[in-house]
Amino acid sequence: MKSGLEVAVNEPNRVKTESKWKKGIKKTWPLHLLILPATIIAVVFHYFPILGLVMAFQDYKPWLGFMNSEWVGFKHFEALFMFDESVQVIWNTLIISVLKIVCGLFVPIVISLLLNEVRKSGIKRGIQTLVYLPHFLSWVILGGILIDLLSVKGGLVNRMLVDWFNIQPIFFLGDGDWFRFVIVVSDIWKEFGFAMIIYLAAIAGVNPSLYEAAEVDGASRLQQTINVTLPTMLPIIVVVATLQLGNILNAGFDQIFNLYNPLVYSKGDVIDTFVYRSAMLKGDFSFATAVGLFKSIISFVLIVVSYRLAYRFGNYRIF
Amino acid sequence: MYHKSAGYKTFSALNHIFLIALSLLCILPLMHVLAVSFSGKAAATANIVNLWPVDFTLESYQKTIDNPAFIRALLYSVYRTVLGTAIGMAVIVFAGYALSKRNPAFKSRNVYMWFFVFTMLFSGGLVPGYILITNLNLINTIWALVLPAALSVYNLILLMNFFRTIPAELEEAAVIDGAGLFRILFSIHLPVSLPALATITLFTLVGHWNSWFDGLIYMMDTKKYPLATFLQTVVVQQDFSKMSINPKDMENLSQRTVKAAQIFIGALPILLVYPFLQKFFVKGIVLGAVKE
Repeated sequence: MKSGLEVAVNEPNRVKTESKWKKGIKKTWPLHLLILPATIIAVVFHYFPILGLVMAFQDYKPWLGFMNSEWVGFKHFEALFMFDESVQVIWNTLIISVLKIVCGLFVPIVISLLLNEVRKSGIKRGIQTLVYLPHFLSWVILGGILIDLLSVKGGLVNRMLVDWFNIQPIFFLGDGDWFRFVIVVSDIWKEFGFAMIIYLAAIAGVNPSLYEAAEVDGASRLQQTINVTLPTMLPIIVVVATLQLGNILNAGFDQIFNLYNPLVYSKGDVIDTFVYRSAMLKGDFSFATAVGLFKSIISFVLIVVSYRLAYRFGNYRIF
Repeated sequence: MYHKSAGYKTFSALNHIFLIALSLLCILPLMHVLAVSFSGKAAATANIVNLWPVDFTLESYQKTIDNPAFIRALLYSVYRTVLGTAIGMAVIVFAGYALSKRNPAFKSRNVYMWFFVFTMLFSGGLVPGYILITNLNLINTIWALVLPAALSVYNLILLMNFFRTIPAELEEAAVIDGAGLFRILFSIHLPVSLPALATITLFTLVGHWNSWFDGLIYMMDTKKYPLATFLQTVVVQQDFSKMSINPKDMENLSQRTVKAAQIFIGALPILLVYPFLQKFFVKGIVLGAVKE
């Protein structure tokens, strides 16, 4: 119970904040208006579909809609873990994405350090121009190119293997293990250049007097790299590594969709491609939504955790 | 001095060779496709084309241009790219400008930020998105390709962070001169941020040009496929079941040199804007990452 005195003291305060709020709106309405288009798009195209996730707990029929479709609880989630096919899909996703994350972290760091040893800025810039390029090409284009390059019947890669090393042509896109290998390598090939930008910026920020001091102490170039350059890069490496945690269920839909075929489903089918086929080809809307929701929730938790870690260890903020 | 030691010189030479080979590896696949596209049909089928055209001919480009389905898809791509970029840029410029304000009265700024960032962290996914587009009657319309993509929260944050680096004094001076909210946006923020705007515009253009999945699921009418979707279905997957293509074009489409020509034309706009893109994006990314 509040005493009379407290009410008397608090009351004017409340009135004051209310009028302050009104004043605030009066002053800031043009700002709200400027944000309105973005808000409408976010509500309609991002928040409405989230409401649509209720269909993961229904047997959704398009002609019945959300209101009249039958509720089935967790049936679809149970089905996800009951079938060998869908459990295999989860494993495929994890294996491919972990390989991509580990190699995708390691390769750009090493190449950045090597590129740092190139002193002539013309050569350096030329190399950068070429390695950034694949990032901007879509997986449709690169898929078309890779299918041609890796073809068993006279693809350039197999021709080189036969001519130079006398190896039998390899069925790169028709054998499950080779398929995973191609997926990881081609993803690194496409993205390592772009991933280097942030490391090169960190290397450029190293205080030159640190190198001079190391030089005076008689440190070799390798020792300088390990003891001066790498420690400077460490915070950004930690941030990049933690932020990758949220991608653990993202094996890369665009890439796999453009390269896979029924021959490699057993080792190359991942959650996103499985969702696509369940929904768009089999018409199993509710099951596909349930699988997608399972992925979204795990990814969401991992992203939130990784952002907190990145903030803690690297002082990284989104905005 | 490590530069002068024999060990470092050997390393440096090997390092140069390795890096140059690596960077060539990044464009060799593209050069191979280009070589195949300019080669004669027989040479391509005999698998003797490497990085240089054999029996140089423009036949495959002629066949590509003669295919009305390809030209239609190309024009539709231009349409969606221009419209999508114009709308997308307008949305994030206005929102980014408002959110960059350090107005103490604008308390809801943080609410807005979390509201937008949440859309990056969690989404309804494929099926609910598809059902929404169906229920809004946007299937087979250009809006299905433009509106859902109109808000890029990533670009919004990039632009907002850039606007925040503009010195407050500039704005204060403009306010004293009697400039209003819009006047400040158009005569201070936009001119000062041209490099950032150019970077983000190019990112958006490239994003729309490359986007293929939305076309695949939202366009039932294959006549409205954008080029990326057309290439995905017809060239990469070789799925002719949905298309009504006359037999002559169908035969051409499965010819290796014609496929290569179409893939190369699909990549060409990206290659053309790439020099400009590269000039700006390194700066844009690094600047966007600087926060106060």
